[in-house]
Amino acid sequence: MSQLIKKNAIVADDWTRVIPPTLGDEVVRKQAGKVVLFKLHGEETFSQAQIDATDIPATGKIILPLPVWIAKKTMLGARMDAGEIGILVATHEPIEQLAAEFPDLNILPLIAVFVERFADGRNFTLGNWIRTRYHFKNELRAVGDVLRDQLFFLKRSGYDSYLIRADRNAQEAIASLNDFNHPYQGATDDVPVWRRVNRSQL
Amino acid sequence: MYKYDAIDQTIVDERVAQYRDQTRRYLAGELSDDEFRPLRLQNGLYIQRHAPMLRIAVPYGMLASKQMRKLADITKKYDRGYGHFSTRQNLQINWPKLEDVPEILAELATVEMHAIQTSGNCIRNITTDQFVGIAPDEVVDPRAIAEIMRQWSTFHPEFALLPRKFKIAVSGTKEDRAVVQMHDIGLEFFKDSSDQLRIKVWVGGGLGRTPILGTVIEESLPWQHVLSYCEAIIRIYNIHGRRDNSYKARIKILVKALGIEEFKQQVEAEWAHLKDGPLTITQAELDRAAKHFEPMPYETLPAYDTSFDAAVTSNPAFAAWVKRCVHVHKQAGYRAVTLSLKPHGKPPGDITTEQMHVVADLADAYSFGELRASHEQNLILADVKLSDLFAVWEKARAAGLATPNIGLLTDIICCPGGDFCSLANAKSIPIAEAIQMQFDNLDYLHEIGELELNISGCMNACGHHHVGHIGILGVDKDSEEWYQVSIGGKQGNDASLGSVIGRSFAAEEMPSVIQKLIEVYVQQRTPEERFIDTVRRLGLAPFKAHVYGEKEAA
Repeated sequence: MSQLIKKNAIVADDWTRVIPPTLGDEVVRKQAGKVVLFKLHGEETFSQAQIDATDIPATGKIILPLPVWIAKKTMLGARMDAGEIGILVATHEPIEQLAAEFPDLNILPLIAVFVERFADGRNFTLGNWIRTRYHFKNELRAVGDVLRDQLFFLKRSGYDSYLIRADRNAQEAIASLNDFNHPYQGATDDVPVWRRVNRSQL
Repeated sequence: MYKYDAIDQTIVDERVAQYRDQTRRYLAGELSDDEFRPLRLQNGLYIQRHAPMLRIAVPYGMLASKQMRKLADITKKYDRGYGHFSTRQNLQINWPKLEDVPEILAELATVEMHAIQTSGNCIRNITTDQFVGIAPDEVVDPRAIAEIMRQWSTFHPEFALLPRKFKIAVSGTKEDRAVVQMHDIGLEFFKDSSDQLRIKVWVGGGLGRTPILGTVIEESLPWQHVLSYCEAIIRIYNIHGRRDNSYKARIKILVKALGIEEFKQQVEAEWAHLKDGPLTITQAELDRAAKHFEPMPYETLPAYDTSFDAAVTSNPAFAAWVKRCVHVHKQAGYRAVTLSLKPHGKPPGDITTEQMHVVADLADAYSFGELRASHEQNLILADVKLSDLFAVWEKARAAGLATPNIGLLTDIICCPGGDFCSLANAKSIPIAEAIQMQFDNLDYLHEIGELELNISGCMNACGHHHVGHIGILGVDKDSEEWYQVSIGGKQGNDASLGSVIGRSFAAEEMPSVIQKLIEVYVQQRTPEERFIDTVRRLGLAPFKAHVYGEKEAA
């Protein structure tokens, strides 16, 4: 089972991720973002049938893919008010779509970004935007193909919890949150090194 | 040159520890091949045809003599006694063992060196003109900002896994020698009418499968904003660049698809959020970096030296070397020297352990202990006194480093090709060697004059064949190695991409094909014309006719 790292420790995960069922129907592919001039990016999105067939647990804290939330939100208002709903965005989903749905992101207790492949670095820019552009202050979680060697970058890009892929040792991965003590550049967690220390004194 | 402080040293030391652990986990089976690949690539380690290849970073081409000696020791201890300077001013070693790499990195860290981001889908080594700081046509020495950008790009958390590799070049001269137009971002520094430092920003250039010269996205950017502006560009690219097809993943494809106007509009919208924020470079930081690049403590010397003039007059071999390998300098009485890594019949850019020691000694004795690597794959002693040139020549010649062919046909830019690289479609080094032997007569070579011949073993274009006056590209036809020839490419302010002359050739035909191209030029040229000028004036037709004519008729 995937283990969750938060605040430099492995903690119990009280959120349940809701995953639309795989149906036998055609794969839906989506163009990414504003780049509508592009050919298909090959990224899969959920079909309407999949969204319709998604089973939502009646109780507990749940993480819903953004399209599922949009389709079913009329019946989930009370649970949102109770702080039981977090939203999961895919790396190819435009951030503007999330922002349009939640003009104040801080009504969400949790946003998760789904990393489909280790090599997909869009999660870093998304994290940065969610923190710095939309001023999100609650839990920002990386889920999916999340491995130890991304953690330092994820942390600097604004993430504060990491659901390590199930086949990997999360306890050992914690060490990589601190691979470097004095990074050079500014990021969501700090200003550039020359604004932090007086290097001419070193 | 730049010297590490405690922060720089800690980062490379922490990197050694991190990579040591990554290698350990890979060897223990805790990381799959697919998972280890981006980690090792971001550390310059390729798995090649015969063995891994390790690419060591030489930031903007600057090397100290003690670093060169360390590189020499590494090639002896962990490799087969030689290294290869690449077209990104880096050093590659071809035979290290994967399990030795952490130890090699630890040794590099002791001389302020590393292999960080020399490969992988991240911001690569920033390159510049090999005559930076000394060229008479230099308006601005861009090394301080190049160093600030090196630090900014090192382990940049947001740009660690871009759609594809990302190359930045900087230039501060009137005549561009850093080929800014063929980079993902090219930064051309200049002073505006009120003497303020400004940057002309080019975006979306690149060679490879789809060669495109860059487009100007910003005519006049104040230097303070270079980091925030580059972050805006790379952020747009990170989000919208294609990730489904690695051949279409470079920023040039995104810029072409959107059009420069739309791309610029998106970049500016993003930049509006970043401009004047913490990324704005302070004068204090620029000054701190610039202190490392102050002019050398030159002696006050006359512009002429009688012993030098006498040697040139009496010794034709020395005179030939001076003509090709010695370059103007902004300080009176000093010259820059190119040590040719292109002796005829040897792999271009290769250097032996012993030669590396000779070069380090020459730097210590005659050039303030510093060296530069050029993107043409040669080494430079940047600050040699006129009166020392003869001694430098004698020592360089004894070590096989004084072939007087810089800028001539045999000063070939060449990738490692099919002998080493697993991406290559064809060998490139044997082609370079065969051409060099065809033109081994130095008098004839000088008579042909300035000519840039570039060879790549595949369309990834590491040998920059698109911008060679003559470009040769290795292609695969039914599992056989063939070579496509283009002419009319050029680097510099008036850069252009070459045009293919026609069907490709077998390896053994190549020396005679080049011979025929040269024959047309020699016959048709006006007294002032270089090969490239004649090609631009006449077009492809006469060259095609001579190369293919007789054979097609027969």
